[in-house]
Amino acid sequence: MKVLESGNHMVALAANAAAVEVVPAYPITPQTQIIEKVADLIADGEMDAEYIPVESEHSACAALVSASLTGIRAFSATSAHGLAYMHEMLHYAAGIRVPVVMANVNRALGPGWNIWCDHQDSISQRDTGWLQVYVASHQEAVDTVIQAFRITEDHSVLLPLMLNLDAFVLSHTYMDADIPAREEVAGFLPRYRPLWKLDPRKPVTHGSVVYPVDFSETRESMAIGQENAREVIRRAVSEFEEVFGRNHGDLIETYRLDGAKVVVVAMGSMAAESRVAVDALRDRGEDVGLLRVRFFRPFPTGELRELLAGRDRIVVLDRDFSYGNEGALYTEVKSALYRYADVPANNIILGIGGRDVTHTGIEELVLHSADGGLPEVTWGDSRISDGHLVTRDLLREFDELMDE
Amino acid sequence: MEEKEEVGYMTSVSRPVKGCAGDTGEWRVFKPVKDDEKCNKCLLCWVYCPEATISKDELQIDYQYCKGCGICAVECPTGAIVMVKEDKQ
Amino acid sequence: MVSLKDLPEEELFLAGSTACQGCPSSLALRIAFKALGKNTVLVVVASCTSVLQGSYPLSAIDLPLMNVAFATGGASASGVVAGLRALHKRGDLDEEPTVLVWAGDGGTYDIGIQSLSGAAERETNFIYVCYNNEMYSNTGTQRSGATPLGAWTTTTPGGKAQQRKDIAQIMIAHRIPYVATASLAYPLDFYQKMEKAKAMEGTKYIELMAPCPPGWKFPSSQTIEVSRLAVQSGMWLLYEHENGETRFTAATKRIIEGKVKKKPVKDYLEMQGRFKQVLSSPEGQAAEDALEQEVTESIRRLHGWVPEYI
Repeated sequence: MKVLESGNHMVALAANAAAVEVVPAYPITPQTQIIEKVADLIADGEMDAEYIPVESEHSACAALVSASLTGIRAFSATSAHGLAYMHEMLHYAAGIRVPVVMANVNRALGPGWNIWCDHQDSISQRDTGWLQVYVASHQEAVDTVIQAFRITEDHSVLLPLMLNLDAFVLSHTYMDADIPAREEVAGFLPRYRPLWKLDPRKPVTHGSVVYPVDFSETRESMAIGQENAREVIRRAVSEFEEVFGRNHGDLIETYRLDGAKVVVVAMGSMAAESRVAVDALRDRGEDVGLLRVRFFRPFPTGELRELLAGRDRIVVLDRDFSYGNEGALYTEVKSALYRYADVPANNIILGIGGRDVTHTGIEELVLHSADGGLPEVTWGDSRISDGHLVTRDLLREFDELMDE
Repeated sequence: MEEKEEVGYMTSVSRPVKGCAGDTGEWRVFKPVKDDEKCNKCLLCWVYCPEATISKDELQIDYQYCKGCGICAVECPTGAIVMVKEDKQ
Repeated sequence: MVSLKDLPEEELFLAGSTACQGCPSSLALRIAFKALGKNTVLVVVASCTSVLQGSYPLSAIDLPLMNVAFATGGASASGVVAGLRALHKRGDLDEEPTVLVWAGDGGTYDIGIQSLSGAAERETNFIYVCYNNEMYSNTGTQRSGATPLGAWTTTTPGGKAQQRKDIAQIMIAHRIPYVATASLAYPLDFYQKMEKAKAMEGTKYIELMAPCPPGWKFPSSQTIEVSRLAVQSGMWLLYEHENGETRFTAATKRIIEGKVKKKPVKDYLEMQGRFKQVLSSPEGQAAEDALEQEVTESIRRLHGWVPEYI
């Protein structure tokens, strides 16, 4: 069914198509319309799921996990501070091995209070054991929600998945996309068959105390699950293409990499914007291509090695920053290439707190990096000026209070 | 889609079994000894045992697991249960 | 009228657990399981109970059990209830199991109050049992919102300076169908309250006083006796609240009706090493008086007035 809808609404419609059975829900800008749409669909009789309007995000993740442990398909959505609030429970979800899917609308963490787009929220959760994918279009959001359950519920994976979509750029803009019907999806996505669950007919204890003598194995097992996910992702994507005729890439998506001397590496809507920049640069005779990272976890190390070796330069765009070091995607890209390929690279921090990222801006920065005119790590669009420096004045004012 | 045999090593799932902490009877310093003559089958010792070591029908104490807390001796209304220092090798 | 003979013989709490000698939680679990039966899903909030059930790969509890994070009792139960309902709707589950949350006072009074409150306000269909040992026992006996005035804990080494909260009253204010308190010294009263809760729809809250031998500093053989004195002195009132009415039960009922004389709070305090310091200090009498006052104030709040013989 073709619809013209916002990214948020599309995610909700896709979750319905995927026949989710329980949705714990807590609002936070700019994700709120996802859970509102779910409520509407249920009220209209178009969706058959249990709705739990919880009292906090920490509780949303708790309910998401415990519902899944009864053996059903569960889904939720959050953003920024909500995601941060449930941090403990993200670790819990991965540790107890439930295949839940959660949409995260990428938003900045404050203070200052900022509801607009950057990736700091999900990047901060990269060590939790969750699979992480970053979508760059409305159709991709829909298709990835459906594929997500296929991936997580695979018995060789059984790890939760965070589906990231950019605040406002994707969540609130309206595009047209196809929402597959439930019956069509059911063929591609069979019912969840849990390996372990809460069932009085077979009583077992979940989440026991595990002493050091056994704990490490639970964690290595999670690492293995992430590794297994690589092949499961590729298979899910190709089978989805066979059924629905669409492919947005597997762990990565490439654009005009053939003969590219400079490769832009980015995630989310900035990467989609980069395609336009690549076309403009190519028109100007620059051999530039794009490698869009879709899955940040598991990280596409093999793909990056294969596709980035031998290039002249890599320009990594980060919509996040790991304070005290550099952009997180940059660190991971360098780590993938370490001792494998020695390619000069630049890290450009862009779009923090929802600052608009334009293809012309990207073009200029790519050209600037090529002529060696950029420091290795640079805040591409941030300009601290005297207007930002209030510290000295404030200090004087508060000092005066002390003298009184 | 072919399913793999191996599904990853493990998660923190445990199975219910008696004696999960081993033979907890070894924790005892004092052992409850029951005088069947004095017992009036009130069932209080059975209901009050925190470890479920006393059987309901015969009111027999399972010494493999009895931790010797002494609640049964204190609560027995006829004094049929007495705590005796255990002689352990 | 139920008697001990009527209690099921089957043990779903399996002997040989890692619980301390004389542990009130393991005993309470035993009795609760007899009332609820095998068609139960247990949610255990981080507490001593997470540990006394044994460790991987063995468990002492013969029921489907989920060990959950400290703050999440109500939220985890909400997820389980919703999941079981979804399974029942699609025909994969005949009779929806009873969902039982087992939490300590830490996971109920303090860090867990948010999720309990939310679950209750959503009219979630589950039983929540708070086994209250008036401190954070599992982490080594620190104070909680349930610790009474004057009690020693590791974080109130001079004795707690504040009165405890009354969560049961807060749960009554949530307008849930059933709120009750219980004591191990009155096992049939506890058993019947669990049975009653099982038969009802909606959120049912039962708070059981759980005297902890190492935490309260008394011999492990005294767990029931301390439970008894708590009720006999009024420091733990036994009642149930349903349909807007509060009704005292067991020994508390007899005290309120004047059939049995209330014992002084001092008798109860003297059984426990955790009050020894405050009782022998210059503040001792003031603390004792404040606790007696807490008792009469609780009775007034529940009963409307305090009989003159109390």
